[in-house]
Amino acid sequence: MLSRIAESLFWIGRYVERADGTARILDVHLERLNHLPMEERRSVAKELLAVMGARPQSEDFGLPELLHALAYDKTSATSIAGSLGAARENARRARETVSSGLWESLNTTYYGLSQHRKDVVGTYRFCNWTLERTAMVSGLADTTVSHDESWLFLVLGRSLERADMTARMLSTRDVLSAGMSWVNMLRCAGAYESFLRTRRAAFGDQHAAEFLLLDRLFPRSIVYALRDADECLAKLDPSAQRVGFINDARRIVGQARTFLEFHRTDDLMSELPEHMERVQKAVSQASDAISRKYFNQADELAWVGEVS
Amino acid sequence: MSDLFQEYSTAAGRTGAYDEMFAPGLLARDSYGQVADALRKLSLADVSARADSMARTFLDRGVTFDFAGEERPFPLDIVPRVIPAAEWDVLERGVAQRVCALEAFLNDVYDKMTVVSDGVIPRQLVTTSAHFHRQVHGFEPAGGVRVHISGIDVVRDAAGTFRVLEDNVRVPSGVSYVLENRRAMAKGLPEAFGQQLIRPVEEYPRRLLSALRKTAPAGVDDPTVVVLTPGVFNSAYFEHTLLAGLMGVELVEGRDLICRGNRVYMRTTAGEQRVDVIYKRIDDDFLDPLQFRADSMLGCPGLVNAARAGGVTIANAVGNGVADDKLVYSYVPDLIRYYLSEEPIIANVDTFRLEEKEAREYTLDNLAELVVKPVDGSGGKGLVIGPDASKDELDALRQRIIGDPRGWIAQPVLQLSTVPTLSGDKFGPRHVDLRPFAVNDGDNVWVLPGGLTRVALKEGSLIVNSSQGGGSKDTWVLADSPQMPVETVPRPSISVRERVSVWPVESNWRDRQSEQQQ
Repeated sequence: MLSRIAESLFWIGRYVERADGTARILDVHLERLNHLPMEERRSVAKELLAVMGARPQSEDFGLPELLHALAYDKTSATSIAGSLGAARENARRARETVSSGLWESLNTTYYGLSQHRKDVVGTYRFCNWTLERTAMVSGLADTTVSHDESWLFLVLGRSLERADMTARMLSTRDVLSAGMSWVNMLRCAGAYESFLRTRRAAFGDQHAAEFLLLDRLFPRSIVYALRDADECLAKLDPSAQRVGFINDARRIVGQARTFLEFHRTDDLMSELPEHMERVQKAVSQASDAISRKYFNQADELAWVGEVS
Repeated sequence: MSDLFQEYSTAAGRTGAYDEMFAPGLLARDSYGQVADALRKLSLADVSARADSMARTFLDRGVTFDFAGEERPFPLDIVPRVIPAAEWDVLERGVAQRVCALEAFLNDVYDKMTVVSDGVIPRQLVTTSAHFHRQVHGFEPAGGVRVHISGIDVVRDAAGTFRVLEDNVRVPSGVSYVLENRRAMAKGLPEAFGQQLIRPVEEYPRRLLSALRKTAPAGVDDPTVVVLTPGVFNSAYFEHTLLAGLMGVELVEGRDLICRGNRVYMRTTAGEQRVDVIYKRIDDDFLDPLQFRADSMLGCPGLVNAARAGGVTIANAVGNGVADDKLVYSYVPDLIRYYLSEEPIIANVDTFRLEEKEAREYTLDNLAELVVKPVDGSGGKGLVIGPDASKDELDALRQRIIGDPRGWIAQPVLQLSTVPTLSGDKFGPRHVDLRPFAVNDGDNVWVLPGGLTRVALKEGSLIVNSSQGGGSKDTWVLADSPQMPVETVPRPSISVRERVSVWPVESNWRDRQSEQQQ
């Protein structure tokens, strides 16, 4: 398939997952932010924004600005609206390749973005709506796009972004001074019930962190997402089945995953921030490597001399 | 007839135009029987709700065109334009005839120019045309076809006679709306489809792919076809994606292509893949920076040389624009007689050539009664309708004609035929034209039954272009026998290619700044 289209599909996967993850994080944190005293609210809002990889536009940064930055700002790739808009724009560029079901669900989602009240109450609804829409988009992608190269690029983007998002989610607990209960942490990832069933009610912080980092069966755990990404990369590169890894992206993803899997979990809590940083860095490097390998356009000017 | 059309006949009578649906006296014509019945059973509220739902569907599905940077759904009216079988038969033959003559003309113009030496048209007319490209003179395009896809605009005058308004053999657009309109109408006014046989339009992409493959360079058994788009900001981008999607081929931008050794390749995740046929949706001027505009980022350097060497088929051929020149248009009836030894089946609109002294003097004296058009304009740009123009505008126009008589033609103001169109809370007569699309595979010209009916949504307006607030209607060609709709199209035989990925271990990777990276 065209490199440009593969790139678009990869980014559709990433952006949709980013919108989903951001909606989950915002939903859970809003609940807590509302309980805080005004001053603390401001600092927590800023810290939350920093975890999501953005900077406040002005000194006067509070709850309304946070909502704008993470939910409604169409010009920023950090916000839900921006991510969904960018996903739709990518789908528009790849429209003849994606299924009409996938394109239309992204297109109607885009038109639905502006129909929400932008206060706290409206934002809860907006987050829920986002989760519904992204679930629909993912579902349609899984059921209406052939599971060939195009779908693999989509899922690759989705898995990497998911690993990144869960890492950010876990970072929020550490970064935000007021502390975040693990119950809420698990809720962020939609993992609360799964966790209870797996570990029963006898759990502590350590177990919850382990679950979100290392559980091999829960789809939003970091290890699960990285394994998914690795499988996509393996299928995309059938020539590299035998010895070693000539594929940078696979090496990076594999290293990050095995580092987590073979790490002693005793120290997990104290080392959590480093782990999370490592995961995010690996995702970003893998993304670069994929882009170099599959999406890069050769130097266009090189041919001008030859044909003129 | 229901109340919906009560005031219609008075309004229609005032325009002095031929109404497609109603004969004088508010009697629905035979061909419109079922549409009239279907509408009669609806209330105005029903009709409005259905129209809204159709518009909403278009927006959701992204059936839009780009208007000043904004995506807009292409307005589709709920009353279709119906063409009886006998009338269509004439149109179909007339369009195919015209395409054949234009094909012959283009072959001649870029070769021996016998049409000039035989005195049918003046040499200067050809060589001064803005779209006559010397870059493509003197070679036969790969596949032997120049006009693969054409759109011949026809209108119906006040007497009910079809006439050709202009030819589009460069990059005719709008066929996607023909396909989408039919889908939308099947949902929006299902009652009208029941008893009558409407000839299907959905075979267009298959016919197109078939013709494109057939005209591939010699020796290519399983040609790779692509659609070349200027990109997402082009007003017809939706159409490009739809056609590529329906043909199951890649939609490429110039930057996806590379020319080397007079072959064209596209960059894919599995390395470079050869491209054999390019359905270009870019103007010639932007196609190849080595030959045309050097500043164009939309095309691909080397395409014209590759086409010249027979390494790639470009559809439509580069240089076709000379046949779209409106002054050349005025000679098409002569070209039909010259190349085909036939009389034109559809007449032209009477046209004054302003280079001819008498015609120019007449035109300058009667500007206020005429339509004056630039010869190389499209999309209604630059056109001046005499009766609607102010004195200052006419004076300015007069100066421009005197300064450049080659640049303009004049025609009498035609009262284009009307079709009832929903506007606010009632149906009003709105003027329409018709663009039938033809696909030429070198042996046969196939005309899509119907075509795009464009409608001027403003009351009284004669300008139907979408860029100037026009909308469209679904065009129904009735079949005169039950067999007709079931036409079988030969499917192009395509072998399924095994995709092999072989990655180079080393290549010159270039860091790429992606707008999308955080």
